Amino acid sequence: MSDHHHDHGHHDDGHDHGTLKSYTIGFLLSVILTAIPFWLVMHKVLPSKSTTALVILAFAAVQIVVHMVYFLHMNTRSEGGWTMLALIFTMVLVVITLSGSLWVMYHLNANMMPTMQEMKAMP
Amino acid sequence: MTPDLQTLLLGKLSLEAIPYHEPILVMTFAAVALGGAALLGALTYFKLWGYLWREWFTSIDHKKIGVMYIIMGIIFLLRGFADAVMMRIQQSVAFGDNMGFLPPHHYDQVFTAHGVIMIFFVAMPLVTGFMNYVVPLQIGARDVAFPFLNNFSFWMTASGGALVMVSLFIGEFAKTGWLAYPPLSGIAFSPDVGVDYYIWSLQIAGVGTLLSGVNLIATIVKMRAPGMTMMKMPIFTWTSLCTNVLIVAAFPVLTAVLAMLSLDRYVGTNFFTNDLGGNAMMYVNLIWIWGHPEVYILVLPVFGIFSEVVSTFSGKRLFGYASMVYATVVITILSYLVWLHHFFTMGSGASVNSFFGITTMIISIPTGAKIFNWLFTMYRGRIQFEVPMLWTVGFMVTFTIGGMTGVLLAVPPADFVLHNSLFLIAHFHNVIIGGVLFGLMAGINFWFPKAFGFKLDAFWGKVSFWCWQIGFFFAFMPLYVLGLMGVTRRMSHFDDPSLQVWFIIAAFGAALIAAGIGAFLVQIGVSIWRRKELADFTGDPWGGRTLEWSTSSPPPAYNFAFTPRVYDNDAWHDMKAAGFQRPTGGFVDIHMPKNTGAGIILAGIAGVMGFVMIWHMWLIAGVSFAALILTAIAHTFNYNRDYYVKADEVTTTEEARTAQLAQLA
Amino acid sequence: MSDTTLNNRFLVREHHPENGTLLGFWLYLMSDCLVFACLFAAYGVLGRSYAGGPGGAELFDLPIVAANTALLLLSSITYGFAMLEMQRGKVGAVQLWLAITGLFGAGFLGLELYEFHHLIEHGHGPQTSAFLTSFFSLVGTHGLHVTFGIVWLITLMIQVGKFGLTTANKRRLMCLSMFWHFLDVVWIGVFTFVYLMGVL
Repeated sequence: MSDHHHDHGHHDDGHDHGTLKSYTIGFLLSVILTAIPFWLVMHKVLPSKSTTALVILAFAAVQIVVHMVYFLHMNTRSEGGWTMLALIFTMVLVVITLSGSLWVMYHLNANMMPTMQEMKAMP
Repeated sequence: MTPDLQTLLLGKLSLEAIPYHEPILVMTFAAVALGGAALLGALTYFKLWGYLWREWFTSIDHKKIGVMYIIMGIIFLLRGFADAVMMRIQQSVAFGDNMGFLPPHHYDQVFTAHGVIMIFFVAMPLVTGFMNYVVPLQIGARDVAFPFLNNFSFWMTASGGALVMVSLFIGEFAKTGWLAYPPLSGIAFSPDVGVDYYIWSLQIAGVGTLLSGVNLIATIVKMRAPGMTMMKMPIFTWTSLCTNVLIVAAFPVLTAVLAMLSLDRYVGTNFFTNDLGGNAMMYVNLIWIWGHPEVYILVLPVFGIFSEVVSTFSGKRLFGYASMVYATVVITILSYLVWLHHFFTMGSGASVNSFFGITTMIISIPTGAKIFNWLFTMYRGRIQFEVPMLWTVGFMVTFTIGGMTGVLLAVPPADFVLHNSLFLIAHFHNVIIGGVLFGLMAGINFWFPKAFGFKLDAFWGKVSFWCWQIGFFFAFMPLYVLGLMGVTRRMSHFDDPSLQVWFIIAAFGAALIAAGIGAFLVQIGVSIWRRKELADFTGDPWGGRTLEWSTSSPPPAYNFAFTPRVYDNDAWHDMKAAGFQRPTGGFVDIHMPKNTGAGIILAGIAGVMGFVMIWHMWLIAGVSFAALILTAIAHTFNYNRDYYVKADEVTTTEEARTAQLAQLA
Repeated sequence: MSDTTLNNRFLVREHHPENGTLLGFWLYLMSDCLVFACLFAAYGVLGRSYAGGPGGAELFDLPIVAANTALLLLSSITYGFAMLEMQRGKVGAVQLWLAITGLFGAGFLGLELYEFHHLIEHGHGPQTSAFLTSFFSLVGTHGLHVTFGIVWLITLMIQVGKFGLTTANKRRLMCLSMFWHFLDVVWIGVFTFVYLMGVL
């Protein structure tokens, strides 16, 4: 609401603002964490597809954390901890939505999708 | 007009969209037109438009917005209940050769509209209205965190509701049931505009609800009075916080799923089609990931209302405050782990079904804990059976039965027999009526004097309660019986005449409920008529325990001349016990937000855009979309959104209150 | 400001509640996360349903995706520079870095539109299979968000130009900052889960 009462410095509520150094570190880390997965896939470096998949997913997870810390300045003090709480809650729900949907839909498809015999018998 | 120009401007809309040949609709339209004309005429005659615009439609005051939500909810209750009465009558006569008066294509729209209206345009607005009105007062704040957004949210909900009403007279509504499962709701099997009305009204209202969720969380986190730690918040504020967390976390799923359905319908994508790789069950999966938290969004606020009512009318602090908080938080989290119980029968197999069956049973436990806490609060209290307390006791009995049938349905083998039978219908009406509706009625009777300065007539309140309570049992117990006998839901006609007696009993129950609603409307009318006798000048007619009761009734626009400082739970009770004295001078300027028309204008454009998208009027759709964006951007150029209530004005208002209180002494 | 109490322990003379805009915007972003979660879930479920047509391995052009990723990542750091200049109160420098961010964003969109156009032209539009439906919806929704971000960025550039780096404008820049970085986070999910895994 009020405009002029909150001009005191930039560190109210634990809002972090980053520095040239932190942005640069974040950027460089992100470049590395992006380049390696691309290289792994485009040049088919690892023999196993599932290993490659796991590795690039891990790199993605790490890079997301890098973005959160260095670009979004995530910390436990921001907004009295509510920012972090909201993020954790959301991440839990994202995991439930993704894994829950995949689990349920996989089972539905496995149990309920018609077999080739049944498909052939259809008009 | 050349055909091309007509299609460009009017899309699929033509005079054929108006249902001239449906006598029920023609009569309804005549009634609505007459009533509407009378209302608009009266408003014009009494020169009330200016007042309405300035004091209500453009108001960013959470109290006014709360009242508008509740009025909207009550109006839609009448429409939704009319649908219910039509269904009860049809199902009590349509046996054997008698086809009843509603052909299937009409009956299907009635039950769809009944569900959509009751959930989205009755229960949600009523619950949101209460949270809006009460929470800022309970935490000692002067408004919500984002007052303009609050106004905008209300008008978006109203806009969505308006689209549903328009579908009655231009075109038709969906015939798919309130969740619109594909493939039936896809373009191949529902090529008409009904499902599009459904999609757009919910998407528009959904934006309003989501923003309101963000608003109330920020309000509760940031705007509590000094000294009010989280564990000193009133319990209704706690349940509101958890409800709004659920809203922010669940409504995006609804938005995404409906967007996918609309892409299938408009663009020909293959999310939920039968061919080219689509999977209709993905819709069912996603919509229930939203749907289950949604029912907790409806019920958690009323659990909060009951907590406030029970402690106030037992004259005791709520028993087990901490466990109530933990129970609410646990319910919030667990509500995301049960969704599959809505489609046990779709073949996901034993491992999946048993996981969700177990989680469903677990989630009943914290609710059970709450019931015990309410009972323990009442134990050895000095109970006053005012009307809100009647509704509360009725809730405890009725909702518990509904909850038990829910646990029964949580067992997958039992659900295989009972899914989509009338047993299911009885169960959810049991918990929604016994829980949500009874709670809303308790809340209306409880907080009405705060909002308007006079109580509601107790006699008619009791009549309404008993008609609802008894009517509910007559209307829905037969449905449990019918469900156990195997009768399926959503049927407009039956062949077996032995079922008829149960449906007639249910229709009798509906008539009793109609009497209950009638009594409620009479209650309001009589109370307004007798408002001088029913007046409350204290601001605290019930001996309340929380901060809203420390203000005048109605509170001044700024709520509190001085922000309260809180030391304990039940802050107002604490203040009264310590001999709190109201200050009579030394008032300061108070910073408040300004009214604005931007909310209603933006929501109006959104509503127009919804309508033209439904009818494929692409040109106007493009124009209205551009108008929406430009208006929103223009609004952001308005930095001048607040003002100061001068200390003199505050002094005048407070002195009037001092005089009022002195009269009572 | 400190609250000077009246001669009444239950009241506070002046109370200015903390501004909730940044928290509120963060909460909105969390809800947006869930929208994307649903789109990712749909892609997860439907992403191998090719309807007899081509899959990611045949259709995805990884060099373009790499270029897009680079553009978006660069735009993230240029926005970061804009924020650093905002803290120093340098309007001109803020505008410069915002403009560069916008250009990177527009480049990203341009490349993406080119990619989409190419696919549709060759008969691989969103209507051809559930895989393509979910691909276009997920990537397209991300692109729509970037579009809105650019419109917002331009609006803010005008507002900063007109009114300067007021408290309100700084808050708005911080909100856009959160939005912009969030879009880059979602893109990490997109290029990993959709493109890289789609090609595997």
